[in-house]
Amino acid sequence: MSEREIKKGVRGLSPIDAYTLLPRTNCKKCGEANCMAFAAKLVNREVSLEGCPPILEKEHIKEYKKLEEMLAPAIKEIVIGAGDRAVKIGGKLVMYRHEFTYHNPIALAFDVTDEMPARPRFSGEEALLDRVKKVEGFSYEYIGRELKLDMIAVRSTSNDSTAFRSTVGTVTELTEMPLILCTFDPNVMEAGLVAASGRRPLIYAATKKNWKEMADLALMYDCPLTIFAPNDLSLLRSLSKTLMEYGVKDLVLDPGTFPDEGLSETVNNFTMVRRNACKGGDELFGFPLIGTPITAWLNGEEPKEMLAWKEAYLGSTLMTRYADILIMHSVDGWSQLPLVVWRFNIYTDPRKPVSVDPELYTFGEPNEKSPVMLTTNYALTYFTVESDLKKFGGNYYLIVADTEGISVESAVAGRYLTAESIAEAVKNSGIAEKVGHKHLIIPGMAARLSGETEDELKNIGLSGWHVMVGPRDSSGIGKFLDEKWPPKEEE
Amino acid sequence: MKALPKEEKNKKNNVNQLAELLNLLDFSGKGEIEFEDVDMQIGELVLQPSALASAALKAVKPPTVLAPPKAKPAKILEVSFKPFTQEYPGKIREVKLGATRSEGGSRGKTIEVGGATSPAFYLFEKAPPHPPVIAVDTFDMKVRLPKAIRTHVEEVWEDAAAWAKMGVDKWGADLISVHLLSTDPLIKDAKPAEAAKTVEEVLQAVDVPLIIGGCGDPKKDAEVFTKVAEVAEGERVLLSSLTLDMGEAGVLEKVAKAAAKYGQLVLGFTALDLNRAKELNRKLQDDVAEDSILMDLTTAALGYGLEYSFTIHERARIAALMGDSELQHPVLAGTTNAWAAREAWLKLGSEWEPRELRGPIWETTTALTLLLAGVDIFMMMHPDAIRTMKKIKEQLMIRGNAKPEKIASWVDAKI
Repeated sequence: MSEREIKKGVRGLSPIDAYTLLPRTNCKKCGEANCMAFAAKLVNREVSLEGCPPILEKEHIKEYKKLEEMLAPAIKEIVIGAGDRAVKIGGKLVMYRHEFTYHNPIALAFDVTDEMPARPRFSGEEALLDRVKKVEGFSYEYIGRELKLDMIAVRSTSNDSTAFRSTVGTVTELTEMPLILCTFDPNVMEAGLVAASGRRPLIYAATKKNWKEMADLALMYDCPLTIFAPNDLSLLRSLSKTLMEYGVKDLVLDPGTFPDEGLSETVNNFTMVRRNACKGGDELFGFPLIGTPITAWLNGEEPKEMLAWKEAYLGSTLMTRYADILIMHSVDGWSQLPLVVWRFNIYTDPRKPVSVDPELYTFGEPNEKSPVMLTTNYALTYFTVESDLKKFGGNYYLIVADTEGISVESAVAGRYLTAESIAEAVKNSGIAEKVGHKHLIIPGMAARLSGETEDELKNIGLSGWHVMVGPRDSSGIGKFLDEKWPPKEEE
Repeated sequence: MKALPKEEKNKKNNVNQLAELLNLLDFSGKGEIEFEDVDMQIGELVLQPSALASAALKAVKPPTVLAPPKAKPAKILEVSFKPFTQEYPGKIREVKLGATRSEGGSRGKTIEVGGATSPAFYLFEKAPPHPPVIAVDTFDMKVRLPKAIRTHVEEVWEDAAAWAKMGVDKWGADLISVHLLSTDPLIKDAKPAEAAKTVEEVLQAVDVPLIIGGCGDPKKDAEVFTKVAEVAEGERVLLSSLTLDMGEAGVLEKVAKAAAKYGQLVLGFTALDLNRAKELNRKLQDDVAEDSILMDLTTAALGYGLEYSFTIHERARIAALMGDSELQHPVLAGTTNAWAAREAWLKLGSEWEPRELRGPIWETTTALTLLLAGVDIFMMMHPDAIRTMKKIKEQLMIRGNAKPEKIASWVDAKI
């Protein structure tokens, strides 16, 4: 039985386990009230061990090591790149998201080649400059966050050291994003590593044939190293052992990404590797996984859109099934959007409630003339509306009705949002005392409740209130208010 | 940064460590604490891979307790691989939808789902006996549809039977779902008998099993489902859905009994809450046979809570496999809900176009994510999303088709 198997799972850890190893002086240097409070946060991964200054001192080295081992993730955390833009990958504590929050969102890398010119030589030619700019410039605003891309993968398609060195050099000048250097030829790789000096790129990749030379390079240039063993998990494991013995500490595993008829093998391989590490305590597989949906483009006969489509679903499949980095080709907005949104979603804390408190929220500095709107308390509905209201600017009241955390459309269909519950929410909000008008804007998705709601408001003592049907999507609020607010006085 | 030559750098590290170690040994007489520290340092050194150590060891005389330095491997250290597998005490129930003439219905084919004994597509453990299936959504009245879908269904928009036929003939639907939206008291308030007529028309138009969707009003749905159950006697249609709200409205038992009496299946819907799902299943099991119950745990769109749906489905499936019999029912996901996300249809600016692709890939991603969480039946809308999902689920059911030579040279491939 390996050590990992007998080690308590992350969820099995109690604050006491950590507390007994802490100095227990309640010195408060960590900012917590006492050592027990720090221990609780420690096992909950809300603080890191380094937050306790005394434990870092020499006299506690033994306890420090024990705590470090106890808290070590099943999947090693690896840093690629340097400086502010460096990405951390791996560091996963668990296999399933419901067991514990996933750490370190998947890094998305996009390829350039060493046969691309730095700048376009003729109109329409894709050059390094444009492509890197496109990756850098990708940004989507989603519930108040910027969703972006992370890395550049430089492929040597020339297999020429001079060309690779020059391209890697150009890319390092164009962007601070972390790099993956891709070639199986150690000489070409070394040329790239020289050009990327100080940037700690990920080396892609050591194989059955070149592992020794690649290992020497990884050690010499102090870079993480990928193992590429397509559909051969024994080889992947053997190379992992070999390279660890060789002295390479930061490994990334690639069991191969096979599009089309190899999809099942791909999913099974990724799953088996991660499962052996998380459930079976296999330290040789305790490293981040890299997926290469770019392989969807190898079948170049299909139309471009079809290949980008295939790449996108291959990418989201591997996001769900345990990849820590993905190398992609298409930078098209339509194909990358589902990936960046899913990545954001799957890395949120599953313990976070699905709902926000049903109460009255204010935006800006609303006064007695400000619009009064209503939505449901599903967290994502609320945050979407919030983000739209902030983007549009201005002063508003927003009544959040209790729909047990269900979105507007489903809440109306499932009778979680009814004329009665709207009227009750309006009454409880006390809005009638705050504004001088009697207009309530309800979501367009709840349009069919408008008449009934007016009746119901009257029934509970809010007579004279009018229900205005707002847009079906909160992105339309700005336009709606421009056209309809302030409302014409009632006939 | 200028890279140090490898040898020198490693030597430096080891010299430092050894010096530290020797320092400690020098004072080894001093007490227990230091002695313990020594143990640890030795442990670390042994882990050091190392011919690297050997150079350093020559420079500083090693303490005798050290294991002999290991050389860097010169060839691959072969180790085997064995997948970590698990035995699960539980199994998902097998459920048959539709009935042929000999079985008391009129379907040309029936569909079996469920039967899983491992998490979704863990083919290294055990392949599921039945692949997931896809139902094409149809409506009994003109509903609002995003343009990307509208262009595909314009001709059948108001005719559920024609829509169903297109779904089967052109898109390869395994099943058809008919949503009787016109029965909504706040829309058309169509009578149960009218709704039943629509169901009969669809039964005539196609020979695949049907899913019958209500309007969401507990009382009205109960009336409609009761009527539909009677009219479609013996067809094993799936009534979508029965809820705890029906229980509160006092109509759940009646509709469940009608389903059982006329040989139909029921879908229990709960909103992202496994305790409520279990509660509902317990209630349904009082009246309906265990092999006639499916679950809808709620499908939120990508970007609008898909992660909650994903996690609840993973949790439910694992709990079921671990033996929770109240969750051992096959699950259905309404992935058409993906279109509720604005990213599926809204004009977002030229860099996010074309929307005609963004919409269906949104639906595909939503469905695919839940496919990997163990969903058995999908209700879908866009033909491209349906085609992709059909292909993916077929590919996921077969092992042994990865061809390493096909991707071996992706690094220098001209794309």
